[in-house]
Formats: sequence, structure tokens, C-alpha cells
Amino acid sequence: MANSMFKGLNSPRAWVALAVLLLLGAVPLLAAVFHQPFYVTLFTRILIFGLAALGLNLILGYGALVSFGHAMYMGIGAYAVGMLSHHGLQNGWLQLAAALGVGLSVAALVGLVCLRTTGMAFIMITLAFAQMMFFVAVGLREYGGDDGMQLPQRSDFGLFSLDNPSVLYYVTFACLLLALWFFNRLVHSRFGMVLRGCKSNERRMSAMGFPTLRYKLTAYVISAGVCVLAGVLLANLTRFVAPSYMAWTVSGELIVMIVLGGLGTLMGPVVGAAGLLMLEEVLSSLNLGVPALDAVLKQHWMGVIGLFIVAVVLVLKQGLYGRLRGPAGSETGEA
Amino acid sequence: MTLGLFLTQLLNGVQLGVLLFLLASGLTLVFGIMNFVNLAHGSLYMMGAYFAAAAFNAFDNSFLAAAVAAVGGTLLLGAALERLLLTTLYRRDHLDQVLATFGLILFFNEVVRFIWGPASVYINTPAWLSGTVNLFGMDYPAYRFAIIAVGLAVGAGLYVVIHKTRVGMLIRAGASNADMVSALGVNIRGLNLTVFALGAGLAGLAGLMAGPIVSVQAGMGEPILILTLVVIVTGGIGSIRGAFYGALIVGVVDTIGRAFLPTLLREFLERSVAQAVGPAIASLLIYLLMAVVLAVKPQGLFPVKHG
Repeated sequence: MANSMFKGLNSPRAWVALAVLLLLGAVPLLAAVFHQPFYVTLFTRILIFGLAALGLNLILGYGALVSFGHAMYMGIGAYAVGMLSHHGLQNGWLQLAAALGVGLSVAALVGLVCLRTTGMAFIMITLAFAQMMFFVAVGLREYGGDDGMQLPQRSDFGLFSLDNPSVLYYVTFACLLLALWFFNRLVHSRFGMVLRGCKSNERRMSAMGFPTLRYKLTAYVISAGVCVLAGVLLANLTRFVAPSYMAWTVSGELIVMIVLGGLGTLMGPVVGAAGLLMLEEVLSSLNLGVPALDAVLKQHWMGVIGLFIVAVVLVLKQGLYGRLRGPAGSETGEA
Repeated sequence: MTLGLFLTQLLNGVQLGVLLFLLASGLTLVFGIMNFVNLAHGSLYMMGAYFAAAAFNAFDNSFLAAAVAAVGGTLLLGAALERLLLTTLYRRDHLDQVLATFGLILFFNEVVRFIWGPASVYINTPAWLSGTVNLFGMDYPAYRFAIIAVGLAVGAGLYVVIHKTRVGMLIRAGASNADMVSALGVNIRGLNLTVFALGAGLAGLAGLMAGPIVSVQAGMGEPILILTLVVIVTGGIGSIRGAFYGALIVGVVDTIGRAFLPTLLREFLERSVAQAVGPAIASLLIYLLMAVVLAVKPQGLFPVKHG
């Protein structure tokens, strides 16, 4: 990976990115050493949501397209695994192909409609499409309807078995690394430049002769595809699919992760996903030694998360990872 | 399908539409004037319903007390929110506004769970409205008529205020060019506060009116918030007229669709298939409607005319 992300490790950002990735790579080992297998599951979850947030960040951070409906694509990925598995088709490659096929087609159609609007209307219409898909999933009575359904088994990829938590973890980790590498190439390519140009001044980009809609649609479809992949992994982690995977709050959480980590930075979404999910984990099992306060927190930790989100928006404008100085020579620091 | 049944469902649709209008008018004004996306509008609706329920039970089942508490409480809450938090968000981009108000939704849901517990609370319909009205041989609840009447009255009142008064003139001016209004010496901060508090009060009124016909519980604001967003996007963001027609269209399409589509599909499809897909298609009718409207007219059905 000899690219600008790690070029000479000449900035705090690159060091932190490397440290985070090394730590994430060591999670199953550390969990085994400290006999805490639970953490492998938690961190697989973090990686999956980090992957989805990474996908969304392509259009949100680099294209300023605030999609409030990307949980829909995670749901499509998860349901593709669930539905095929329900009918006895356990081949993972087949499930992945089906998920991506359906997901990318839906994204192309939905994106085409949504991208006719901008600003506030774009936020709302992406939300509306996600709600639509949510109700479709609720209506699928054969596949559990409202309650969702248990998967008979995990996807069978032939080469490796996802039933081993560490294998599932490293498969997810590999997907994340691949996505990071791909996105790093992408945002620094001509395509990425055009996308970022549309973010700063779309009218000017189209005046210069770029068919901006095509660029934005392509970015939308790619970002949806990454979320579909995250959904496939999520279904394999939980062995369960439910409409709640595409609830609008999940789309909101994905955006929170991106902003918490740092909008328009490569590692930001991963850092943000880790931050938010770990905070949720800590808050829901916090033990302060004050029984009354603990009882309140255990039940109402979501309220604390709510205030936390407000505080992040007000105070942490660039995000945890975005605050760090980027590589020398890139004043916007899209690294 | 008898005429009476159809009429009943039509009235139900209008009643839902009127409730949506109460929410959408405030939301669309806040967006039009402050350029602010307030996802927590549904939470104000929920707080209104809870204020109403608390006052209703504290003051010996007095619906009047419930009304005062719901509208007054949400007015004050809205004003406090605006002053403490939202003014700093007006100049931020939509993403920050969406996120901060998303956080507020989570916060308010836990606040009501903390104060009033996880179980839903109930308000009874006031005794003088608990009867029914005979309508072509069908009995229709008087209370639902009252909701429609209140909604139409608010609509008429808003029309008069916005088109015939000085405040309304400022609101219209602010919607088309807030900076210019401010430059002309109008206290735009005061105007913003008034509009936001008014919108919050209308959301509280919607919560009060909905209280007796829905279960008052944490999270009740979210489904209706999403419907309200569909309304204002379909109707045209920033336009009261658009909010009114949009709300009626969404309310009627949703209700009629849910009531008759499954039966209608049975004519064309096998019974088991119709039973499975009918409710699903019915619940996504309004989203289809919105998608079609936006695909054809990205500004909504009744866009605000600027300039």
C-alpha cells in the first residue's frame, strides 16, 4: 500500500491511522490472551459499521450528499443472505452476488430519482426511500415480517468457515482494508477530484463540461455497494435479519459515526464507528458505584447518547480523527 | 364497499391530514424562514401529548387544562430550545442541523421514559365530544370531527395571520429574503423566536388532539415526523399552502390505501398473495407518491415563489 495514506508517515493522522489499523488487526489475539471472546463480536460489529460508514462517507464527506437512507443498503445485503439461506442456498459467493446485484440496481434507480433534488429535499427523499424498503421488509411475512428471522446457518464461502468468530473478524477486516485502499485510490483519482469539485461548486463543474449527475450517481452506487457488503457481513455476524436493520435511526447513526470521526477523511468513519459503538457499550453497562444513578443510566443511556450527539455537532466540528493534522501539503487534508 | 364505509375512511383520511397539517405548517415555516431542518419537531408533538395527559389526569379530567398545558408547555419548550441551542445552528449546514436534532429526538424519548415510565399513558375524549354523529347511516365519532374542525380553524387562522397582519408580512418577507429583512431593521431574532415557538405550539396542539386516539408513548413522534417530512417535501418546502394540500393528500392517500388496497388487490391477485403484499404496498403508497412528485417536480407541488 505505497500510497499517500502512509507516505512516509509524516503526519499525526497517518500515525494514528496506522496505529488504529494495527490495533484492530490484533483484536482477536488480544481477546484470546485476555480470555474475553465477547470483544471479538463487538469489534466485528464495529468493523462492519465502520465499513458502512466508510461507504456513506464517499458521498457524504466527499460529495456533500447527505443521504439519510443508507441503512436501506445494509438491509438489502442482510436480507439477500437471509432470504437465499431460508431457501437453502447457502453458497456465500452466490449470496454476495445476489446482494450486490439487487443492491446496485436499486441504488442506480433510487439514486437517479434522488439526485434530481438537492439539499434538504435530498435528505428527505433518501429517508423516504429507506422507509419504503423498511415497510417492504415488514411486509415480507414469509421471511419473518416485523420480527425478522433467524438464519439456518452462516454463508458458506467454501475456502473458510465464518462460524469461527476470528475468521469472520479477519474476513471483515480484510473487506475494510480493501475498501480503505480502494477509496484512497478513488478520492485521489480524477473521479474523486470531480466529486469533490461538485461539493464545492457544482454549477462551476458542469460549466466546465463535466456531466456532474453521472459522477454523483456513480459515487452514490459505489457507496451503496459498500453498505450492501456491510449488510452481508452483518447478517453473518448476528445470524439474524430484521427490518430494524434499515430503521431510519440506523441511517442516522451512520451519519453520527462519520461526523464523530471526521467528515471527508478516510479513517474518520472507522474511528467514529468505534467511538460511538464503544460509548454505547460502556454506557449500557456502566458501573459508577452509585446504584440510583447506575439504574437510570442502564435504562436511559440512549438519552445520554442523544446529548452526546448534540455536543459532537456543537463542539467537535472536524471530528476526532479530522482534528489531527493531515499529511503535509494537503491543506484540506483528505487523507 | 358501501358509500358509508368509503365516506368514513375518507373522513379518517382528512382527519389524519389535518393532524399532519398542524405539524407540517410549523416545520415548513421554520424551514422556510430560518433555513433550518428540525427533526425534533416530532418530539415536540410527543411532549405536547404528554403535557396534555399529565394535566388531564392532574386536573380531574379537564380537557381545557390539557389544552392549556399542551399548547403552553410546548410553546415555552420550543422557545427555550430555540434560545439555548438552535440559534447557534441556524448558520450551520443542513447536516449539522439534522444530526443535532436527531440527538434531541433520542434525548426527549428518554426524558419521557424517565418521567412517565415506559408504558403508554391515556387521555379520554372529553365527555361533550364522546358521542357520535350520524352520517348517511354510519356513526362517526364526534371527537374526530372536532379534530378536523380544529385543523381547518388553524388553517384559516394561519391564512389570516400570514396574509393580513404585520407579523405575517414579516414572515413572508423573511421566507423570501431573511438577510434583507434584517438589514431593513427588523428584529430577525425576535421573528425567528416567534415563528419557532408558534410552530412548537402547533405541534403541541397536534399532540393534544391526537392524544385520545393514539397511545401516548415514547417514540410516538417518529412515524408522524416522517409522514410530516413527506408532506412538506411533496407540498413544496417552505410553503404553508403546500403543507395544507400536501397534508390532505398524504392523509387521504395513506388512509384510503390501507383501507381498500388489500381488498382491491384481491380482485387481480390470488388471495394469499394479495393478503401478503396488500398491506406492504398500502404502507408505501405515500412514499411512491412523494418519489413520483419529486421526480416530476423537484420543488414540490406548490413551490414558494421567490422574488
